Amino acid sequence: MLATSGVLASGLLLPGRLAAAEGGELPAGAAASAVLDALPGKRPLIKRTFRPPNYETPVAQFRHEFTPNDAFYVRWHMGVPDLRLAEWRLRVAGPAAKSPREFTYTELLRSFRMQEVAAVNQCSGNRRGLFAPHVPGVQWGYGAMGNAVWRGVRLKDVLEEAGIAASALEVGADGADLPTLTGPDFVKSLPLWKALDADTLIAFEMNGELLSRWNGFPARLVVPGWTATYWVKALTELRVLDRPFDGFWMKTAYRVPMNLFGPSSFESQDTDHNSPITAIRVNSLFVDPAPGATLEVGKQHEILGIAWDGGAGVRRVEWSLDGGANWREATLGRDLGRYAWRQWRFQFKPALAGMHTLLARAQSRDGSMQSDVLTPNPAGYHHNVVQRVDYHAA
Amino acid sequence: MLRELATRWLFAGLIGIGPALASAADETGVVLAEGESRDRVLAMCSMCHSLDYIVINSPFLDRTAWEKTVRNMVTVMGAPLTDEDVAVIVNYLAAHYGATSVPVNDP
Repeated sequence: MLATSGVLASGLLLPGRLAAAEGGELPAGAAASAVLDALPGKRPLIKRTFRPPNYETPVAQFRHEFTPNDAFYVRWHMGVPDLRLAEWRLRVAGPAAKSPREFTYTELLRSFRMQEVAAVNQCSGNRRGLFAPHVPGVQWGYGAMGNAVWRGVRLKDVLEEAGIAASALEVGADGADLPTLTGPDFVKSLPLWKALDADTLIAFEMNGELLSRWNGFPARLVVPGWTATYWVKALTELRVLDRPFDGFWMKTAYRVPMNLFGPSSFESQDTDHNSPITAIRVNSLFVDPAPGATLEVGKQHEILGIAWDGGAGVRRVEWSLDGGANWREATLGRDLGRYAWRQWRFQFKPALAGMHTLLARAQSRDGSMQSDVLTPNPAGYHHNVVQRVDYHAA
Repeated sequence: MLRELATRWLFAGLIGIGPALASAADETGVVLAEGESRDRVLAMCSMCHSLDYIVINSPFLDRTAWEKTVRNMVTVMGAPLTDEDVAVIVNYLAAHYGATSVPVNDP
């Protein structure tokens, strides 16, 4: 914590370093407002908003295969619950639950087999701040994401204990967070097929430790491959539903124009013109060097990055020194699981002094590639434009 | 959250870093631009969220976009604001955090 105060003392981040990236730059106000700040139990993260707390992970932390828990980003719509394990209950009910149940923490641990899954958790709005033109919302840079091993019980097993009626269509999930005034409670739903997926968990741990309050203590949904809006934190209630859930955070928020990003995978929530955001799009990110770094001419440099998608797995990552005219294949790191990100590396020697640009692009095993240009959409989702990192060779 | 902030203040005191330093990293350090009705805007908006929400969403929203945002706070989020309150907030935001405003350095 003393080290923390030292970082606080260092004050403002350099906006140029945060903003100097491909495509757009953060709004000037967002760059100016970003400070490194440590929430209790966290190392200094990039503060986007204080209340509710929205803090992103500095890209340098992504050099780890799994993101350290104290560096993992924080995103809340409302006040952060402060739950006590002894009082916490998980209710499983709803019109399509045959025998509603309530579980204590201990009962869940005793009644169901523990499972693990390695998965990227990425905010739907990651990189929203880089949209051009800008769209309103939390102005995230690259760090509203992380990779972790999640441990808990299968959602499927718990739902089946409460009996799933033939009429079941969706599964609603509510956490203990509450709106400040009379606004809509943050409640999400999943299509039944995704709720019953063997990799969809009610997790109690990440990276071998209990979830922190910031990341959903004591239990959160883990919905591998889908954006983090579905990964409901401080989970308290599941509802097996026989009709589409019509709460604000499903029917109005977290939506993308119909077919703009491919066919819907959540048909019961579709309207004539839009559908819920669901699977993460294939993407990649340079971790080292940071944008604007100086690389020595004639010296061999190792470049490090990460690539991920919605669960098909990364097929290849390519890099270019000449603005995308020629591409070479990067070396992929260990396969940590199809929902996890994958490190990639390549070596090169800068030949000419001056400002240059590195590009990298990932391809998924489902054949999809990163975008060359931004796909505008009202809420600023799915930014997976090929990244361009400027460096200075000297 | 208030208790959280209080805890951080207390902690800052215990390890001997000054209040000025601690305040640089909590929401009281977010200072909005001087201007007509600033204190009233500040009081209304900060009922529910820190004021950095305004700063980060600038300067790219025009008056129409700010009006839509503030109306949403009332109709969707339940902010207890009258039409006059909304007008005061929108006027302030359009003038100081609008698409044509000079970027405000905060804090």
